[in-house]
Amino acid sequence: MDLTIFFQQLINGISLGSLYGLVAIGYTMVYGILRLINFAHGDLLMFAAYVAIYSIMFFALPWYVSFPLAIVATGLMGILLDRSAYKPLRNAPRISLLISAIGASFLLENLAVVIIGGVPKAFPRPPLFDKVIMFWGLHVQVLTIYTPVITLILLFGLLYIVFKTKIGKAMRAASKDFETTRLMGINLDRVIAVTFLLGSMLAAAGGIMWAMKYPQVNPFMGIFPGIKAFVAAVMGGIGNIIGAVIGGFLLGLGEVLIVALVPGLAQYRDAFAFVILILVLLFRPTGIMGEPITN
Amino acid sequence: MNSAKRNFWLNLAALIVLFVVLFLFNSYGTEYQIRILNNMGIFITLAVSYNLVNGFCGVLHLGPNAFIAIGAYTSALLTMSPAEKQLNFIIEPLIWPLSVVQVPFLASLLAAGILATVFAYLISFPVFRVRGDYLAIVTLGFGEVVRVFCNALQSLTNGPLGLKGLAPHTNIWWTWGVAAITVILVARLINSSWGRAMKALREDETAARAMGVDPYRHLLLGFLVSAFFSGVAGGLLAHLITTISPTLFTFFLTFNLLIMIVVGGLGSTTGAVIGAALFAWGGEALRIVERPMDLGVFTIPGIPGMRMVVFSLILMIVIIFARRGVVGRNELNWNWLARGSRQ
Repeated sequence: MDLTIFFQQLINGISLGSLYGLVAIGYTMVYGILRLINFAHGDLLMFAAYVAIYSIMFFALPWYVSFPLAIVATGLMGILLDRSAYKPLRNAPRISLLISAIGASFLLENLAVVIIGGVPKAFPRPPLFDKVIMFWGLHVQVLTIYTPVITLILLFGLLYIVFKTKIGKAMRAASKDFETTRLMGINLDRVIAVTFLLGSMLAAAGGIMWAMKYPQVNPFMGIFPGIKAFVAAVMGGIGNIIGAVIGGFLLGLGEVLIVALVPGLAQYRDAFAFVILILVLLFRPTGIMGEPITN
Repeated sequence: MNSAKRNFWLNLAALIVLFVVLFLFNSYGTEYQIRILNNMGIFITLAVSYNLVNGFCGVLHLGPNAFIAIGAYTSALLTMSPAEKQLNFIIEPLIWPLSVVQVPFLASLLAAGILATVFAYLISFPVFRVRGDYLAIVTLGFGEVVRVFCNALQSLTNGPLGLKGLAPHTNIWWTWGVAAITVILVARLINSSWGRAMKALREDETAARAMGVDPYRHLLLGFLVSAFFSGVAGGLLAHLITTISPTLFTFFLTFNLLIMIVVGGLGSTTGAVIGAALFAWGGEALRIVERPMDLGVFTIPGIPGMRMVVFSLILMIVIIFARRGVVGRNELNWNWLARGSRQ
């Protein structure tokens, strides 16, 4: 493999990895506070993509209105998800919460099938993201470069909220000790709502970029990015935001580079993430940045 | 007559009644009714064995579809005649020893169960190092990995084309026979000291460990027994529908099993049986929501996908508002019935 192709694949890997990272943040934040794998998180990608499509196609909104609209709508959807599927089970065994999450995920997917239909829709990619630039003999779609840049901007915004604001402090406290935080008079329902809002908005940004990257939108498009992003969150150390992004980058790079180096493995690409997951759990269950799990 | 002796005769009587009912359906029922009964038998096997891990051991295992797939492919490849295999494998020929062997159905079912158990043993090392959500996602990942391999190993599974033209060996006696064996064995297991240890681990692992219960050994036994019966049921399923392909064994299958055991009552074999029966019957009954409805004056068009919406809603409503399901953790047994009648 010559150097040009290698760099081409490297850029693709970083771009894919940043999408995983963006989605992984939502998983890691919710897990940090509620100790719940939000199975329906991946389906929020699908939700955001459909809102963006419909607002562009039916209401003829320009993309710079429709994308933020989709992101806000998905954030509210995240809160609704928590209120309807998870809040009634706050004091229930964890297994019930997880089953409810799986049910919510299937409900979202199949509601989309019923309302929109299972036929994939083409995503109208705005011309701004469509350009191809060439340098050093590489052909790169500008979207591929924008994706990691947008991810980093959103990450710094999120880190600011989590580490510099009052609600961020409450979120960190809740992830350290849920009960004590409640005893300190902090409104946990509000903290959880903000967590879902932020995580879902990031997932929406990821979903829109995913739909521009692979412009086929269907009701089940969120499953694989969702599961892989969760693997990325575990890799990075669950509960750790920066870890989730690093895990996402590593997973995306690994997936792309392994297929590039050994083309015979292309068919096994979707299994790669799970093999990584099993290896991480076997040898370093706390992930790259994680703290030791206490019982 | 002491209660153990009485229960034995009552159990025998119940089995005979079941036999007579099945015999009547098999002789006089329509093909459609027999088909639903076959599904019901397979679902009972699957749900009862799945419930052993999820309900009694208390770990959320999300990969039974992997073991069903392994069982289905193993049994299918063993019962097909060499000529049929050649017809099926048109892209790449089947690898050597499998391309010539052909064994009876029973032997293929046992092989299916054993191979599923071997895979369960191999995956148990990463699986039982973790608990809770991690365990759920590792087993879910294993299910996906098996599906990816079924798609990719062209010379072993025929890839996305799947296997067609299997002999329809499965009949009502096979499905309900296996279901009865599963229920009896699982019931005996959970009433043994092993079963009590599993329940102790479910309630509080730390306390159970303090009492000297080894979590790994007990969870492993539950996992292996469950995988064995899932594999056998996979073999039955393959020879019931006579065509298998990787798309049959997605997470969707696991989701259906989860609905059955949650609705029936997590941690109750009776509940798993009831859940499976309800699902087999309800799945058919709910077809009306996807069919166009003719009201004489006008027609309501059928809505594809509506059945799954209803199923997901049922799962969520049960888990949020009626977490115990139909029977909770109660079991139907003769002592309980006798107490009820005396009151």
